[in-house]
Amino acid sequence: MTEFESSPTHIPPDRLRVWSFHPATWILVPLVAILFQVYVPRFLSYLSYLELPLLVTVYFSVMRRQPPAGALTGCLIGLAQDALTHHYLGMYGIVKTLIGYSAASLSLRFDVDNAGLRFLLGGGFFAAHQVLYWALSHALLGTHDALLIPQTVIAALLNGVVALPLFQVLDRLKSEAR
Amino acid sequence: MDGLFSRYRNMSALLALLAGQLLLLAWQIKSDGDTRLIRVWAVTAVTPIVRGLEAVRTGTSGLAQRWFMAGALETDNARLKHRMAELEIRNQLLAEQLQQAGRAQALLEFRSQLSSRSLPATILGNAPGVQSGVFFIDRGSPDGVKRGMAVVTGDGIAGQVVAVYPSASLIMLATSQGFAASVTSQKHRTHGLLKGDGSSCHVEGIRNEQALDEGEWFYTSGDDRIFPRGLRVGAVRSVRNGADGKEVEVRPAALDGDVSEVLILLDAVHGQIPDAATPSQPDVQVLAPPPEDTHESTAAAAAAPSPAPAGGSSATPQTDADRMKERYKRIVEGQNSQIGVTPYRAPDFNRQPAAAPAVQPPGTAQPGAPPTGSAPDGKAAPSAPKAEPKRTTSTQEQR
Repeated sequence: MTEFESSPTHIPPDRLRVWSFHPATWILVPLVAILFQVYVPRFLSYLSYLELPLLVTVYFSVMRRQPPAGALTGCLIGLAQDALTHHYLGMYGIVKTLIGYSAASLSLRFDVDNAGLRFLLGGGFFAAHQVLYWALSHALLGTHDALLIPQTVIAALLNGVVALPLFQVLDRLKSEAR
Repeated sequence: MDGLFSRYRNMSALLALLAGQLLLLAWQIKSDGDTRLIRVWAVTAVTPIVRGLEAVRTGTSGLAQRWFMAGALETDNARLKHRMAELEIRNQLLAEQLQQAGRAQALLEFRSQLSSRSLPATILGNAPGVQSGVFFIDRGSPDGVKRGMAVVTGDGIAGQVVAVYPSASLIMLATSQGFAASVTSQKHRTHGLLKGDGSSCHVEGIRNEQALDEGEWFYTSGDDRIFPRGLRVGAVRSVRNGADGKEVEVRPAALDGDVSEVLILLDAVHGQIPDAATPSQPDVQVLAPPPEDTHESTAAAAAAPSPAPAGGSSATPQTDADRMKERYKRIVEGQNSQIGVTPYRAPDFNRQPAAAPAVQPPGTAQPGAPPTGSAPDGKAAPSAPKAEPKRTTSTQEQR
């Protein structure tokens, strides 16, 4: 028994179903999300504000409802992103580990099939992701990059909106865990 | 202990993952070690897919064109409509091709004018991250690309290579946070440090009392040892006094439009910063200096004391360096010192040189008059040239 299983939830137990995915889904969906971020903004620059790997991390975490699995998912996706940048390996990894863990923890308390909550999950975790990354860069690497708050808020809203149809599409790939 | 771990299993897993990544991060920072193998694997895995996507995109546009052409055969009306659609699409494709060809041509022309050895490259895609400002290009280490090389376009500097892999490289745009380049303004020669702020650029290190105009162009100064001197950067968009010096915003000219092709400077060679108003006002035609009047030039030629001395220096020094060279030459000649002859007797450069032959203003000289510094009978003037050997002798005696 974990500390989360013993905590009170706001939803009936029949809505706390745990979902699983085909192994290929675990690999291909994050890969497509990263490729989208690499290739598409070249032609549609305004889509560079979309953080699809983060949304995929959040989705897998809330569907599995297991904080360690969410943290591991975030860690792997973040490290894959790090490997394609010129930054140190681990920056996106740490941030997405925390996001995956938090998303999975939240899914134990709330009904994550709710559209409003999904919007909040997408937008809220994007903002948290940006702030965490900025704070880590300052604290660990000593960078002096500015946190562009208006842009972050607008991008968070955009990611929240995109999370709704994206999660709907990904819902088709899930199957109930035995 | 086991009970503690099982009770806090989730938190333990999280802490283990975070600790592992923190250790990895600390190792990279402390030892400046690059986890190159992981990055090479990742880039090598992603680059072929991106290249494939690019090939599919270009191929699909051709297929779409053929599809529209085959569909226009039913009736005259439908045929005309389809024909019109086809022509419109073709028009768009041709316009795009023309635009691309124009960009490539401009880049080619710029490359031919560039004294540095350069390598053309195409941008494949973005590096992950929101507005990262870092892009993949299709050139890697086998092409001679190295980390830190300058990236330019025909309009000016575009960025810098930040990572190199066998199949691709990463370039950071000038507007990215973390980018820096040493720059000089064109008109007032004000030095500063260009930095990217995510969406635009600003120049730091300019004091409030230093002169700088809005619209003035910045060029690379070459002090950073990355960008060669004389490359265009951009015009000053806004300038105002601030607490820590001038707050200068610059719009990089190379990043104004769509950047899809760039040049990587493999062997950068410093150039000159052109005179003001030439590039900033490209629509203004400036004529060459007018030719001298025929009568005046004839008189000046007749009044000239002697032809230009061997070695290429002109009769009338144009710059400080020319004047200094002329002065040293006169000192050496005046002291009968011969450079490169053994035993070498060094001339005394502290002494005043022989008087320079005066150049009469045009129009005052009489045609056929002897050159200044010569006696009317053609003998050498006794004043300055004779005084110098005496002084040399006395110097030898003193030694």
